[in-house]
Amino acid sequence: MMEIRTPKTHKAKRVLEKRAPKLVENGKKTLILHGTKTSATLSSVLMELYRLKKGGAIKYSRRNENIRPFESGGETSLEFFSQKTDCSIFAYGSHTKKRPDNLVLGRMYDHHVYDLIEVGIDNFKSLLSFSYDKKIAPHEGSKPFICFTGEGFENVPELKQLKEVLTDLFRGEVVDNLNLTGLDRAYICSAISPTKVFLTHCAIKLKKSGTIVPRIELVEVGPSMDLVIRRNRLPNEGLRKEAMKSSKDKPKKKVKNVDQDDVLGKRGRIFIPEQEVGKTPLPDKSKGVKRERREGKLKKKNKEEGSASKKHKESE
Amino acid sequence: MDTEMDQIYQIDVGNLLAFNPNHRFSSAPSSREELVKECVTEGTKLVQAIADTLFNFPSTESVDGPLVQLPPPTTKLPREKHLPRPKPPTKWEEFALKKGIQKRKKDKIVYDETTDKFKRRHGYDRVKDDNDIPIIEAKASDEPGEDPFAKRLDDKKKRVDKQQQNRLQNLKSAAKAGALPSHVQLAASALPITGTKAQPKKLGKEELGDVAGLAATSTASGGKFDKKLPGEKPTKKQGKHHRYLPVVPRYGWVDEEKEQTNKVLGKLLSKHSHEILNVGKAINMYNDKKEKKKSGRSDKLKPKKDITKKKPYANKAK
Repeated sequence: MMEIRTPKTHKAKRVLEKRAPKLVENGKKTLILHGTKTSATLSSVLMELYRLKKGGAIKYSRRNENIRPFESGGETSLEFFSQKTDCSIFAYGSHTKKRPDNLVLGRMYDHHVYDLIEVGIDNFKSLLSFSYDKKIAPHEGSKPFICFTGEGFENVPELKQLKEVLTDLFRGEVVDNLNLTGLDRAYICSAISPTKVFLTHCAIKLKKSGTIVPRIELVEVGPSMDLVIRRNRLPNEGLRKEAMKSSKDKPKKKVKNVDQDDVLGKRGRIFIPEQEVGKTPLPDKSKGVKRERREGKLKKKNKEEGSASKKHKESE
Repeated sequence: MDTEMDQIYQIDVGNLLAFNPNHRFSSAPSSREELVKECVTEGTKLVQAIADTLFNFPSTESVDGPLVQLPPPTTKLPREKHLPRPKPPTKWEEFALKKGIQKRKKDKIVYDETTDKFKRRHGYDRVKDDNDIPIIEAKASDEPGEDPFAKRLDDKKKRVDKQQQNRLQNLKSAAKAGALPSHVQLAASALPITGTKAQPKKLGKEELGDVAGLAATSTASGGKFDKKLPGEKPTKKQGKHHRYLPVVPRYGWVDEEKEQTNKVLGKLLSKHSHEILNVGKAINMYNDKKEKKKSGRSDKLKPKKDITKKKPYANKAK
């Protein structure tokens, strides 16, 4: 037997509604976790990534032995976590002899793995090692600038995918209104070779220039690392098409000739084509032409004659 | 931003994203710091390009600072979840569509003719409350022994149950189409009846062994002489395991039975026997036994005597 379960508290209802599929979605949350072994660099990378994405990320501290993103059975745990925490991007770090300092960035569609990209981390510089004026330090949760440089991002398919994943990862929420004073961070990604991307996080200094547009100066504050492309998995075409579908593809059919007015209400306009009086075909109602009428008339005539002759006879 | 080298950046203001596809990094990097510097300078140019367009937008003043209306982002990124699916029409909706029934808005306050007042439709002191009906007129179709008030309540209960069933069916069809409303969950409350897709829980190796062992203990010999399948392991120690001492001691071996009895006697007669034997308890048990024997019957079978009750003819028979 099935039973209907509805949330008993308003808070629970709000949480469920927030997590439901919508036309305009919330910002993607990131899930950060690691495998059986992590190196010092990798654990600091994960920690700093969490700090950068503070408002929209969840970090798991325990090690997960049964997660192998690139194997067919090893994704179930990830999908379960994604469902429980409502996260659609994950960053899974592991350190093995074959793949040292390994970071797998992946995205989910409907809590199933959509695509994966595996990078190795080289030349990592933690944000603690950068010294800068604390006043320009970026605030938590501010919307960042994201910059990509290099022809590799256009020509190499793996780098193309990495560009998309990094945009998704750093983007945060899509907003309508932006406060210009709150722009204080930028992520710079440069494709220094067809397999290597240099990623760094900078704070923005706005300096006075002659015009309204201030002069921008970037100061490196955050972690900087080299990402070496290892493996990747592209989404299959059908899934990709479905995920890219958006409600704005077919714009709502504009209803023509109807407008809403506050005073008069809904008004419509009707167009009547020009009446060409001379050319309209008239129905053929010529009385004399119709057969029944003719015959009727004849009958009447005969009757009259008959009665008239009768009268004549009577009168005579 | 066009320069002499014809560099056109791909800018997506909605995402604050900029892409420079034309820059070439030297394949032989000079040094790490130089490379980093080069990257940062290129990045600065890109950010400047975005800021150019951004600061030229019409801005409104607010408490925190100048607010700017961002255009929607141009780069397409995959969605997180599927688009919300349209809900299939419920049974009532289909019927209403077929019959052409329009929805009518119901008022919260309704006129009550019996009391000539305006009462609310639902809640306390409502218009047609089942509890307030004083008289129900009998109709020709009514059976003589039936209680009409109880019948009304019964009918209402049936209607409510039927509606609940209909609601469940509607939700099931919506769930089938993948359009279950976000705040509703359908859960199986009881085990499904045979014939349905219920998957029996698979027992593991150890669990099977335990169950087989349990079944074996029901035999007289405790499963010791049960026929076993090839490859089956012997039962774990769950059968009877009495170790009976040999009646006739083996030649040259110690008489185990004698040793056993000697051991017990030794413990009883030793200096520390009071630690092993609780003398007080033993005395009590002996005394209790003696008393029971005297009475001839056990206390449980004997009806309890009430001393205060007087037996009227107890002494008369003599």
